[in-house]
Amino acid sequence: MSERFFPDGMPQPLADQIHLPWWEAAAEHRLVVQRCTECGRTRIPPAPLCASCGSHDSDWQEVSGRGEVFTYTTVHRPIAADQEVPFVIAVIALEDSGGLRMISNLVDVAPEDVEIGMPVEVVWEDMSEDLAVPRFRPASP
Amino acid sequence: MSGPRAHIVGVGESKYTRWGKIGDVTEHALACQVIQRAVEDAGLSMDDVDGLASFAEDRNEAVFIAAELGLPRLRFGNMVWMPGGGGGCAAVGNAAMAVETGQAEVVVVYRSLCQGQFFRFGAGGRNAAVAEPGEPPPPTVQPANSLMMVSMGFSMPYGQLMAAAAYALPTRRHMHLYGTTSEQLGHIAVTFREHASRNPRAVMGGRPMTLEDHQSSPMIADPHRLFDCCLESDGACAVVVTTAERARDLAGPAVEILASEQGAPQGYAFGPFTNANVAEEIYATGGCEEMANRLWGKSGLGPADVDVAQIYDHFTGCVVMQLEDYGFCKRGEGGPFVESGALAWKGGSLPTNTHGGSLSEAYIHGLNHVVEGVRSLRGESTSPVDGAEVCLVTSGACVPSSAVLLGRR
Repeated sequence: MSERFFPDGMPQPLADQIHLPWWEAAAEHRLVVQRCTECGRTRIPPAPLCASCGSHDSDWQEVSGRGEVFTYTTVHRPIAADQEVPFVIAVIALEDSGGLRMISNLVDVAPEDVEIGMPVEVVWEDMSEDLAVPRFRPASP
Repeated sequence: MSGPRAHIVGVGESKYTRWGKIGDVTEHALACQVIQRAVEDAGLSMDDVDGLASFAEDRNEAVFIAAELGLPRLRFGNMVWMPGGGGGCAAVGNAAMAVETGQAEVVVVYRSLCQGQFFRFGAGGRNAAVAEPGEPPPPTVQPANSLMMVSMGFSMPYGQLMAAAAYALPTRRHMHLYGTTSEQLGHIAVTFREHASRNPRAVMGGRPMTLEDHQSSPMIADPHRLFDCCLESDGACAVVVTTAERARDLAGPAVEILASEQGAPQGYAFGPFTNANVAEEIYATGGCEEMANRLWGKSGLGPADVDVAQIYDHFTGCVVMQLEDYGFCKRGEGGPFVESGALAWKGGSLPTNTHGGSLSEAYIHGLNHVVEGVRSLRGESTSPVDGAEVCLVTSGACVPSSAVLLGRR
């Protein structure tokens, strides 16, 4: 099991059949985006069809997990019991993803050192044997 | 061109309290009470009402409310898709559309919110009142049973379910792009609190606030301090919408619904709350600019014609971004605009939230802003704007939103 940053009581992912493969990849520590096999446009969160061309055909493309902070907030109220505060929620602009962003957390960084534009990389947190959640930390040089 | 426009002919409100303080009456009984008051205020009776409209996944379904109120028939029962507080003005707009097209004659728009009787919004696991005995099961992926829950599924695992944190994201980016400051946000909170000081209905009416108070209030989700966040309230309100013809026959003052708009930009979904992929050029906005332009276009009016505004103020930063969306100042200049005192009842170029807003009157998902819009044009506001003829009312921004322009000649 990986290093832990958040308590078990954090809200758990909710997924339908379309989202489930994303979390199955995550459980294997693979950060993926959905890619339209018709026009190549990428998307997350997963969706049944491509908003550009309307195709329902897609596959999954693994991305590097590198990116930069697009925006963030430092939260001073716990969401779950036993949660340490403050914690940082950030929107990460993902490299090599076709211009996609995702909501996640920043870990291994003091909140006051967080800046928009700072380079980050994914770090996987195994919440259980079946669930890994991607967080991000400052990119290693 | 279209025929005569719908009017708002009555308003009704309950007392407004802090969260969880209305326990002697149920949320839905309170809905019925304010509908009765609004109909009475209009000089109508329940026999005249044939439509009900609400928004934000209202727990108080129109079919039951209609039966309990004894309406002779329900011809129009409407719920807005725009989520949360974004749909308040849309509900008024839909009511107007119904009466203008003959779907109904008298539609009451209502909102009742006694959240203390239910779970606490945004509290996540802290809502769990009953713990299962023994060890909790290990965290796993849970089935989502609605599109909203699927959408939340990509934000909740990161602790993103508190509104103060969600709306902090676009506000932080606005600060990064344009240099907007916490002190500028504070001016909004202080101004609305000052307006509330004259309003006997305002929950925070007796609690003056200075900029220093704002700056020393605890940080909730940076850059949102406590006083950047709206109240959590119990209360209810309603407005009565009818045709121009019916409005003419009533004794009381009627306010014309000059124009209404609702909607979301391309790819917006639930906005920055759960959607990290809102287009970059509108991420640090209220997402309302296209809609605002349609509103101005169809009304033939512009920002300079607005005498008084009731701007949805769930968070101070969202007010700044809406002021830019609606063209009261240029993009990025919302901070200096509010710092200049523009929103003040006395001396401001755009007196805004003359009731105190959701920051200081009450949080009734912004339907109380529509009520105040009516009051301000009837000359009944406790912070009256002399000769006001046009009032802009907006609903929750940074989510799919809506707005109405109200007029009185």
